[in-house]
Amino acid sequence: MGDTSPRSAETGTGGTLTTDGRRGSAGGGVPPAHTPDSPGLGGGGGLPRRTRFGMESGFRVLTLAAGAMVLVIIVAIAVFLISKAVPALRANTENFFTFNGWSPNGTEPRFGIAALAFGTVLSAVLALLVAVPVALGIALFLSHYAPRRIATPLGFVIDLLAAVPSVVFGLWGRDVFINPVRDFSVWLNEYFGWLPIFGGDGPFGRSIMLGALVLAIMVLPIITSLSREVFLQTPAMNEEAALALGATKWEMIRTAVLPYGKPGIIAAVMLGLGRALGETIALAMTLGITFDISANLIENGGNTIAANIANAFGEANDTGRGALIASGLVLFAITLVVNMTARAIIYRRREFRDSAA
Amino acid sequence: MAKRIEAYNVSSYYGSFKAIDNISMTVEPKTITALIGPSGCGKSTFLRSINRMHEVLPGARIEGRLTIDDQNIYDSDVDVTAVRRMIGMVFQRPNPFPTMSIYENVVAGLRLNGVRKKSLLDEACEKSLVAANLWNEVKDRLDRPGAGLSGGQQQRLCIARTIAVEPQVVLMDEPCSALDPISTLAIEDLMFKLKDRFTIIIVTHNMQQAARVSDRTGFFSIDKTGDPGRLIEYDDTQKIFSNPSEKKTEDYITGRFG
Repeated sequence: MGDTSPRSAETGTGGTLTTDGRRGSAGGGVPPAHTPDSPGLGGGGGLPRRTRFGMESGFRVLTLAAGAMVLVIIVAIAVFLISKAVPALRANTENFFTFNGWSPNGTEPRFGIAALAFGTVLSAVLALLVAVPVALGIALFLSHYAPRRIATPLGFVIDLLAAVPSVVFGLWGRDVFINPVRDFSVWLNEYFGWLPIFGGDGPFGRSIMLGALVLAIMVLPIITSLSREVFLQTPAMNEEAALALGATKWEMIRTAVLPYGKPGIIAAVMLGLGRALGETIALAMTLGITFDISANLIENGGNTIAANIANAFGEANDTGRGALIASGLVLFAITLVVNMTARAIIYRRREFRDSAA
Repeated sequence: MAKRIEAYNVSSYYGSFKAIDNISMTVEPKTITALIGPSGCGKSTFLRSINRMHEVLPGARIEGRLTIDDQNIYDSDVDVTAVRRMIGMVFQRPNPFPTMSIYENVVAGLRLNGVRKKSLLDEACEKSLVAANLWNEVKDRLDRPGAGLSGGQQQRLCIARTIAVEPQVVLMDEPCSALDPISTLAIEDLMFKLKDRFTIIIVTHNMQQAARVSDRTGFFSIDKTGDPGRLIEYDDTQKIFSNPSEKKTEDYITGRFG
């Protein structure tokens, strides 16, 4: 030891292991060799030397490279997006943040993100409102109520749902699922039409509601399987503590399981939200594609940033592509805000989790 | 407050495995009863049968009668949550709810029972922590996480949580096995204090502890691995440790086996 000291702290483990290995082989009857690098030494003079370019430093470099790669990719994407978006934004003759419309390909490009961003957030939030209670219910059933011979296959089926490609969901939504949703929309319009969200004169069907419901089914498996894992990790002794205090099963879940799993649930929901915000093709196929900011959920219409990119990319010229990239930047910003909010929520109660371990 | 517990021919099973066989014993109110014996002899299973925590595990069931003041707790019309409220339990490892503060932990049982009034909760919290000899150590940091306390403090917090719901009986399943001698002493002092109000049954591997704290001692044993545990001898603690009737008991307490 001692020729290169700065990393001695990390290499301590490696050095010890090597020493043990050599001592073992020496004890096994291998005669002492004379060259200091040959294995099976240890009987001779002093401690064996640390290998300078061994597995240890090699692996260190590898992980460092992998870590640095993430930063390089992020920066590269950001540079690309901004460099393409800025010229298009300069050419825009309307306000990018308030204009409702998307015609960036003419000689006077006019496009704005407002309706798209609104539709993106609305459809994602609606999807979560539907999916989260169902997903948590399924997860609790799988982790705490179902007998194992039902829980295992059912969990497998849920995971299978996550493997269905989104274009299949899109096709199914637009050709099959649209029928019951349309009927339901007509019914809602008839009896609850006085509510603005269920108002309008039709046509109904290819609406925000259809898109949100398809999205809900798509984000269901990810939220379910993550929360199930979290619920299963609740320490048995905490569950028993609640039961021994006279809690019913549901009270036990409220006292021990849900609080313990809260950060995990938030993380699961945020992952689901991330998927819902970024979902492209299923929404491009199920939404009615309009550029209004309307809270109406059942009339044909609605659009999202990602769906618009998919729909408009084919016929876009240079400015059009730049405009779409600018909208992608906005989507990126929305996702970023969502993620940071989630982290802040998890971080706030950190003290209570850290001391639990 | 405290009540008499009687077990008649209690046998407990895990699936088809019989863990304890035909246990009958009577525990008088306001006494401390210690259950001793080698590992795997069914002490904890019997203890968990007394507040119906045994049946929490899948496949676990029990035969026989277990009464508390002549009411069979295994009658089909008995509410299991009411049984557990009446018969509190302290576990082997301190298990405060990790997401809750000290205060929330103590009043968790009251909250479960529908107590909402802040003044009642505050009062019960202080009273229970005082009774658990923990008040002076935590009164300035009731809003801190319960899991941030030391092991011994956590166990006293769990005792406070258990007695906050005013049970009749307190079961303790090796409450000191994860604690250092000082904390163990603190818990034993506390048990003497609680004896005035509760019937206490404690499972322990520490025979000195059984001799120090208990009025009556039950010795459990098994013939060989896989056999159900039996109650070999149940008598006054002084007699068990000075002049036991059974050879097996004598062998165990003198350290000749187990």
